[in-house]
Amino acid sequence: MAMAIKASLLLLVFLSSAIVSFSLYEDQVGLMDWHQRYIGKVKHAVFHTQKAGRKRVIVSTEENVVASLDLRHGEIFWRHVLGTNDAIDGVEIALGKCRNHLHYMWCSAISGYVITLSSQGSTLRAWNLPDGQMVWETSLHSAQISKSLLSVPINLKVDKDYPILAFGGGYLHAVSAIDGERVLQPPESSIIYVLGFLHSSEAVVYQIDSKTGEVVAEKSMVFPDGFSGAVSSVSSDKIVVLDSTRSILVTIGFLDGDISFQKTPVSDLVEDSGNAEILSPLLSNMVAVKVNRRTIFVRVGGEGKLEVVDSLSDETAMSVSLPVADDQVAFASAHHEGSKIQLMVKLVDDLETVLLRESIEMDQHRGRVDKVFINNYIKTDMSNGFRALIVMEDHSLLLLQQGAIVWSREEGLASVTDVTTAELPVEKDGVSVAKVEHTLVDWLKGHMLKLKGSLLLASPEDVAAIQEMRMKSSGRSKLTRDHNGFRKLFIALTRAGKLFALHTGDGRIVWSMLLNSPSKSEACERPSGISLYQWQVPHHHAMDENPSVLVVGRCGSDSSAPGVLSFVDVYTGKEISSSDIGHSVVRVMPLPFTDSTEQRLHLIADTEGHVHLYPKTSEALSIFQREFQNVYWYTVEGDDGIIRGHGMKSSCAGETADEYCFTTKELWTVVFPSESEKIISTLTRKPNEVVHTQAKVNTDQDLLYKYVSRNLLFVATVSPKGAGEIGSVTPEESALVVYLIDTITGRILHRLSHQGCQGPVHAVFSENWVVYHYFNLRAHKYEVTVVEIYDQSRAENKNVWKLVLGKHNLTAPISSYSRPEMFTKSQSYFFAQSVKTIAVTSTAKGITSKQLLIGTIGDQILALDKRFVDPRRTLNPSQAEKEEGIIPLTDSLPIIPQSYITHSLKVEGLRGIVTAPAKLESTTHVFAYGVDLFYTRLAPSKTYDSLADDFSYALLLITIVALVAAIYITWVISEKKELSEKWR
Amino acid sequence: MAKLTPFFFLSSLIISSSLAFQSDVDDHEFGLEGAKPQSTQQQTPTTRKRYSDPDSDSKVQFSLEHAFGDSDFSPAGTFSARLKSWSHGGKTLTKLRFSRNGFSDEEKDTFKNLLKGDDFYRIRLPSNVISPPGKEFVVASVRARCLPRDGLDEHFVIHMEGANVLALSYGSLGACQYPRQFKLPAKWSFNSHTILKSSEQAPRTPIFTEEVLGGENADGEVEPPPERSFWAKYWMYLIPVGLVVMNAVTQATNMAEEQTGGQAGGSQVQQSARRR
Repeated sequence: MAMAIKASLLLLVFLSSAIVSFSLYEDQVGLMDWHQRYIGKVKHAVFHTQKAGRKRVIVSTEENVVASLDLRHGEIFWRHVLGTNDAIDGVEIALGKCRNHLHYMWCSAISGYVITLSSQGSTLRAWNLPDGQMVWETSLHSAQISKSLLSVPINLKVDKDYPILAFGGGYLHAVSAIDGERVLQPPESSIIYVLGFLHSSEAVVYQIDSKTGEVVAEKSMVFPDGFSGAVSSVSSDKIVVLDSTRSILVTIGFLDGDISFQKTPVSDLVEDSGNAEILSPLLSNMVAVKVNRRTIFVRVGGEGKLEVVDSLSDETAMSVSLPVADDQVAFASAHHEGSKIQLMVKLVDDLETVLLRESIEMDQHRGRVDKVFINNYIKTDMSNGFRALIVMEDHSLLLLQQGAIVWSREEGLASVTDVTTAELPVEKDGVSVAKVEHTLVDWLKGHMLKLKGSLLLASPEDVAAIQEMRMKSSGRSKLTRDHNGFRKLFIALTRAGKLFALHTGDGRIVWSMLLNSPSKSEACERPSGISLYQWQVPHHHAMDENPSVLVVGRCGSDSSAPGVLSFVDVYTGKEISSSDIGHSVVRVMPLPFTDSTEQRLHLIADTEGHVHLYPKTSEALSIFQREFQNVYWYTVEGDDGIIRGHGMKSSCAGETADEYCFTTKELWTVVFPSESEKIISTLTRKPNEVVHTQAKVNTDQDLLYKYVSRNLLFVATVSPKGAGEIGSVTPEESALVVYLIDTITGRILHRLSHQGCQGPVHAVFSENWVVYHYFNLRAHKYEVTVVEIYDQSRAENKNVWKLVLGKHNLTAPISSYSRPEMFTKSQSYFFAQSVKTIAVTSTAKGITSKQLLIGTIGDQILALDKRFVDPRRTLNPSQAEKEEGIIPLTDSLPIIPQSYITHSLKVEGLRGIVTAPAKLESTTHVFAYGVDLFYTRLAPSKTYDSLADDFSYALLLITIVALVAAIYITWVISEKKELSEKWR
Repeated sequence: MAKLTPFFFLSSLIISSSLAFQSDVDDHEFGLEGAKPQSTQQQTPTTRKRYSDPDSDSKVQFSLEHAFGDSDFSPAGTFSARLKSWSHGGKTLTKLRFSRNGFSDEEKDTFKNLLKGDDFYRIRLPSNVISPPGKEFVVASVRARCLPRDGLDEHFVIHMEGANVLALSYGSLGACQYPRQFKLPAKWSFNSHTILKSSEQAPRTPIFTEEVLGGENADGEVEPPPERSFWAKYWMYLIPVGLVVMNAVTQATNMAEEQTGGQAGGSQVQQSARRR
């Protein structure tokens, strides 16, 4: 009897603990997820320090972000991410003065506007300085694409209003700062001089009346050699340009509308000059020219005579000039000297006067100084002080003041291009990283608190204490591996060529490494990182080796530029080795073979159709020779609409002595007719994906075998007309065709055309299914289609006796050359949102059901169960199908607000989602990157294999103790009763 | 399995077998096999016009070329078909037939070498059948060892888009066992099968105000699942009850023997515990 009670009680306890919440509760935010906000590489910066209030700096970045940063701490006051096609050309602060007295009260409240010019000078916006609200937006008419300029002249005043001059698309606009209206009624007239170039060989000067906008006078003059484009304006009537050969400096004077040219060869100024480059900063009467890795300062004399004033040997970044007191103008320059940065502020007129000379110790992994912005302030002793905002080569942003780094922001992380995961080191015996931080009493106290919480007895203070405990708990930011595989490193490669290792626990940067640090060789000046691969992942043998990643880079922007390989130790963040490989990189193919030290074999294809094997060891070569016949690869020529398959031919010994180089031969081609189809998307399965269940059981006890092949390529094509924006074509003109192509033989396994549909296509390919998202022009809606592929050649293996007797073909090797017997099932649904990217969860063994992670246009991530995109859904599922979990068919996919895994956050500028399995089967890591970074842990089928974090062990203990006591008491009672009965 | 057949209906409508000549019954897809070795043209011109056809037909021919390993391509056969131009501007290929040139003695030797080396036998077609070779050639290849059966089995699937050839799937009719065995064909004659495939139209995404999917499922109208027998439904309750009854019976007999009460209550507790 007692046992029965115990059993039932235990059952009760387990049942109560098994009710795990599916979506997130408010107090669980931040327990598993983290979110980091960035702005990107700063292009322009404008300081706002005049007022007594908060000092801030307004920046615009290459990620099309305009942001206001706190100058004291570097935090973001506000920021706006403009669209991807809305690049910011200029940012200025305009003081919103009042136009009439009716607005006086309102006007006095504002301290100014931030004006941005974007989209090649066609959009002008004003943002309120304190809070970043948009005040007005004006779209400017533009005729052609040209450079655009924004200027807020302080001496041009029109009716108490300071107009903004914006140039873009061949037009010059004067716009009122108050409301963005075009200025039409300026009272006093003044002349604006505009100098432009026509056809890059003719200089034109316009005199424009600022009152009416009319061109008063126009003069042009042809310069026969042509200009190269870079312009430096040295004074109000002179500019310096380079001619098209980049060897002659041309001074153009346009005083009073007359144009005069004066040529000075660069070789007259410095010896053995090569190609010169004009640095952009605006210095008065001075131009900075970069020649032969030297920066020379050239003073422009009265008659356009040039003379060299100063030169700096290293690569130097310079700021624009800044007016300091007493009509003096200063500028800052920063350059590297060893591990230090020399920051100098000089007067423009007198280069000998150095107002400030500071040298600041700088991390080697930030590279060179890229940009400097200075700002001055008056110190207490009434002398000038300077603060400098510098942008480093790795895109990080630092504020220097009084010889120290006040704050820094790792803005490189706003432009992540590739992500991979890595394990943390195993906890060594003896060196216990985990301290015994709790005594038993503390432990019990903590659990009593939790118990109170779970029994709803806790006071608000207790709740806060519990929350705090949870946030700190379980050493989630430790630098060692854990049992569940929750602690991992995400290795991110940024556009600047810097590697960051981010801890999954709290998102901190464990290490970072710039691939092209200044100490690198001269041969490859600025390699840009392309992609990231797991090079060595020791888990069976070679356990004493540290895992490493392979970074493939390129020595230039051209695809035929020679590549660079770099091997980086994941534990330490140190570069193990790097090499210039001497051939170009078109494709990197990790092979499914590893050598004895668990280095993965990689093939790198170059532009000449050769492939190169890495690592270059004889062991790797022998492994590769064994599988030589079975290695195939393909190339997609998107512009020509051709997909080619290649096989290995022989070693290219005939041409080079390199024994790790191989020639290939073309095995198949798929040619899309250029008049009707254009490739817009290709996709393969993740190579490391695990598929657990090979078959799917139907409701009628029928078995469907999944067609699981690693060699499937998903291709989507649209009609060339329909390749543009959505809505630019009629439904009749556009068709979307999707293909599944076997990449070994070039067979088209599945081909489906969607009439009246259009890209962009976002797809995800996993196991035996593809889900893709596109736009249906007929229905005016986005659609999602799922295609599942099933194998029929194994379909007869359903008989149990065949399996028992071994008469099945399940273990027979599958050859791609056999005729594929497969069939597909597909179904389409409407989807209400536009999509930026789609990913799928991945778990360690592939048992857990999958969720689609849809990056929506609102920069959030929606988790959608794969069950919603199942071609077996029917309108009225039978009872058996319902039991199996088939959802009745609906015409559109549901968007449940609770299933946004980003909850209230936004991953601004979302570009990609990466998933990685944890060791615990139920759980998967999700990392999303864009301008922001976001990480969380997901359990698509709930955490069925572990107890919740807040599981109350104390309650369990108490229950057990109570049960034992109850057993004892009942035993005593029954003994007594038995005794008394026997005495009767 | 019956459900699966629709997925194949487009592709596998007609696979003709060797030497048999099939009359042109089907309008859109037609496969025909070519010739024995050395026999030249097998085709009988069937130029009869369909009376109901407002669209114009024209005959096209395009050649299949092959290469042994890395050798150059040489003619290996001819496809001839009728090109039907539709009034809306589209073009489709119908009534395809194929005449295969047999291997010459020299080619046989080269092919034997391919078999020995397990190398590739490659074929190609022009990517546009009206103005060959069009943009490019569509190439396909197969390991030579996959082809020999009794004769040389080959199976073409030509994916078409109008008059353009998109892709060519080529291989033997059945499976190609791995590891591939070296085996010479008994007969040096080709046994060719050809299928033309054009793209399938995706079904419209259904909008559920009307019953759209009724046709797909034969039992669309809710057919109640077959009534299960009483035993099948309630066996999990019946077994414990049976046990309880048995237990009670034994207890009852025991009681009758021992003439003592008190145990009945105990057994009830046992029963309830079992039931859990």
